[in-house]
Amino acid sequence: MALNVGDKVVFKIFRYDPEKDKAPYYKDYEVTITRTGMMVLDGLNQIKWEQDPTLTYRRSCREGVCGSDGMNINGVNTVSCMSHIEDYDSNVLVIKPLPGFPIIKDLVCDFEDFFNKYYVVKPYLIEKTPPPGRERLQSIEDRNKLNGLYECILCGCCSSSCPSYWADPDYLGPSAMLNAARYVFDTRDEGSDERLDAVNNVHGVWRCHTILNCISACPKELNPTKAIANLQKEILKRKY
Amino acid sequence: MADINVRIEEFDVVIVGAGGAGLAAAVQTGLAGLKTAVISEVYPTRSHTVSAQGGINAALANMDEDYWIWHMYDTVKGGDYIGDQDAMEFFTKNAPKTIIELEHWGMPFSRTEKGTVYQRAFGGQTRNFGESLAHRACAVADRSGHAILHTLFERTLRSDIAPYVSYYSEYYALKLLMNEEGHAMGIVAWDMVNGGVHIFFSYAVIFATGGNTRNFRTNTNAHVNTGIGWTLCAKAGIPIKDPEFIQFHPTGIYGVGNLITEGVRGEGGYLLNAQGERFMKKYAPHVLDLASRDVVSRGMAQEIREGRGVGPKKDHILLKLDHLGHDFIMDKLPGIWELAYKFVGVDCTKDPIPVQPTAHYHMGGIPTNIYGEVIKWEGDKEVPIPGLYAAGECACASVHGANRLGCNSLLDLVITGKQSGISAAKWIREEKPVFPNPPEEYVADKYAKDVIDKLNELFDGPEGTVKMDEIWEDLRDTMQHNMSVFRIEEGIKKQLDIIDGYFEKFKNVGLTDKSKVFNTELVEYFDLESLLYVSKLETAAALNRTESRGAHYRDDYPERDDANWMKHTAAYLKEDGSVELDYKPVRTKPLTAPTFQPKKRVY
Repeated sequence: MALNVGDKVVFKIFRYDPEKDKAPYYKDYEVTITRTGMMVLDGLNQIKWEQDPTLTYRRSCREGVCGSDGMNINGVNTVSCMSHIEDYDSNVLVIKPLPGFPIIKDLVCDFEDFFNKYYVVKPYLIEKTPPPGRERLQSIEDRNKLNGLYECILCGCCSSSCPSYWADPDYLGPSAMLNAARYVFDTRDEGSDERLDAVNNVHGVWRCHTILNCISACPKELNPTKAIANLQKEILKRKY
Repeated sequence: MADINVRIEEFDVVIVGAGGAGLAAAVQTGLAGLKTAVISEVYPTRSHTVSAQGGINAALANMDEDYWIWHMYDTVKGGDYIGDQDAMEFFTKNAPKTIIELEHWGMPFSRTEKGTVYQRAFGGQTRNFGESLAHRACAVADRSGHAILHTLFERTLRSDIAPYVSYYSEYYALKLLMNEEGHAMGIVAWDMVNGGVHIFFSYAVIFATGGNTRNFRTNTNAHVNTGIGWTLCAKAGIPIKDPEFIQFHPTGIYGVGNLITEGVRGEGGYLLNAQGERFMKKYAPHVLDLASRDVVSRGMAQEIREGRGVGPKKDHILLKLDHLGHDFIMDKLPGIWELAYKFVGVDCTKDPIPVQPTAHYHMGGIPTNIYGEVIKWEGDKEVPIPGLYAAGECACASVHGANRLGCNSLLDLVITGKQSGISAAKWIREEKPVFPNPPEEYVADKYAKDVIDKLNELFDGPEGTVKMDEIWEDLRDTMQHNMSVFRIEEGIKKQLDIIDGYFEKFKNVGLTDKSKVFNTELVEYFDLESLLYVSKLETAAALNRTESRGAHYRDDYPERDDANWMKHTAAYLKEDGSVELDYKPVRTKPLTAPTFQPKKRVY
């Protein structure tokens, strides 16, 4: 559906302020298209700045790299700053906080559990041998193995889209495991054994049921399911 | 009265800001075993360092022969000779080992055939003192900022540092505490999630709050870049050095401002005007599109001014790169492909990207020496303020002079961040200062009363008769109009009056949202207030500097004037809201190298 400047779109937004609301509710706002290529974040800003300053959401870089504004738009998780309003092909956009995360206020959820799970996989280079005086060498081919892994922006869209993540409060989730893979498959890293130990359990790689929601949710077009499958293969390879 | 909770905590060091500079500092204070609080308006990985694209400079010589002294020369020249050369030497000399350290910490650098760190060409970077183009920018595809920010954050999660560093994410700093002797003693912050005032007492405070160009219509900055570090320091009586030097990046995406890295031109892309002409040959005959940013931005603005801009309004320029080939673009510049496609619907493997000069970076800032210590001046003498440090874009050493070279900013934040952390640790360990925690009761009343009163006023007060948006939108337009690439006395003077008008209007701004939980309207209130102060400092300093140097170009004074203006601005914010300007000597003597004497700048 092509939208023209001046057209109106309804944003039906999940609202909840713990200081005054007994229960969450949805509120409708009319957003005016002011330029072609307008993003959902531009619409939210228009509401906040011109209609209702109480509307609450996170935002920062407005270009899809900081990961602040993960949310659920018409049923799909994504970052609002890189989502064109017209791509939803609808006069109404239903906007909710990331599913499965505790809600702080309106579209803002609590990421503490999400980050704690990220820390579990030791998302940093582990070295056993002292590095050389210069940079470690890594072939272009080996470096390319990190493509599709290192670009994660920790927006939470994947984990929050995963039914296994909703069902099992201890499940590490696709984001944490993609970040585990980022170091397991880095030829410079020497901590893969301990990292694989951290994910080799029923709340780790074996909880993934290849539902594949994470893939469609990732705004960076990464593939956490594949990363988890590669971790599973790596665990089996080392064991047998 | 709104019921505002107050909590008090003690740390060895408080770092304000969790971007690259803040995290580089936290690595050092953590390694030193100091109890460190890192307070940030956003989670560390959301900081704006994440948006840097092109790379980080160092004379690693992986592509061709290179030496730090060549890098230093380019930096001095790029800064139009007003940079402090001791800092520039320290900066460029330490660059190679800084890159090696980042690589050792896991930074996923792109690689050469030999397996070494890949380096690309960038504007203003030359070999042998201007002879030929250098390949000096160490890159992670075009996601170098993301990689550096994540690498530094990850480094603080390792077991040798993690126990010492506590992150206070989504805390907004509201006041710098100084004691009677003028020592820094902590920070008063707002806890955004829970609501409430949090007082952090500490031996040392390190500011690393990044940039502040959200006051321009088109800018590359994130929503959080509102200059709170400048504002808190200025309110505490610390001058801001050289605030008039604001960099306009040549290639922000037309209309929206998102950054398109100079790396596009480094890899062989170039600019075209409406006539399809490579106009940069007129302005920089030797290196064309790879002249330093002030030169390229002025060239573009001149083309637009003379009617050769592109589009129905003739108000932008085209950046062509399709000749680099689809595979090369997807390998080395995938991020900008995505930005161009998403924001202007251009597939840059086929069509040029519409761009315009876009507010990007502050060369000036909180004045520091090469040790990352914030200084004040006694006469012309620089005296460190005990316990106060600053690093990264909010600080000014000055390693960028009047114009920063591309890829020197990531280097700045790692080097000055690291140094500020080392200096704070050294001071605490060696000088053994007395902890500034006041023993008396009613601490909050004594140290945070003004902050709490202000919060009460906002929470209990009326919704206000002026919408913030009204001031903010206007501010962006007028700053863009009067304080942009070309400036002239009449416009700058007018802008000063306009800003005073905004301050008047701002008095009638109130809060609609009275909730203490995650009140982003409250945050935007302080953001806007800060940007008004930033704008005032920039504009007042720009009016006085009657010469053209680096990023500060005056139509009415088109030449550089070394006889009268080879000096730094020190802009003081007075209690009545006015700005007082003073001028301080440039540190022209490097640590070991000979001084690079001012020459005419030709690219």
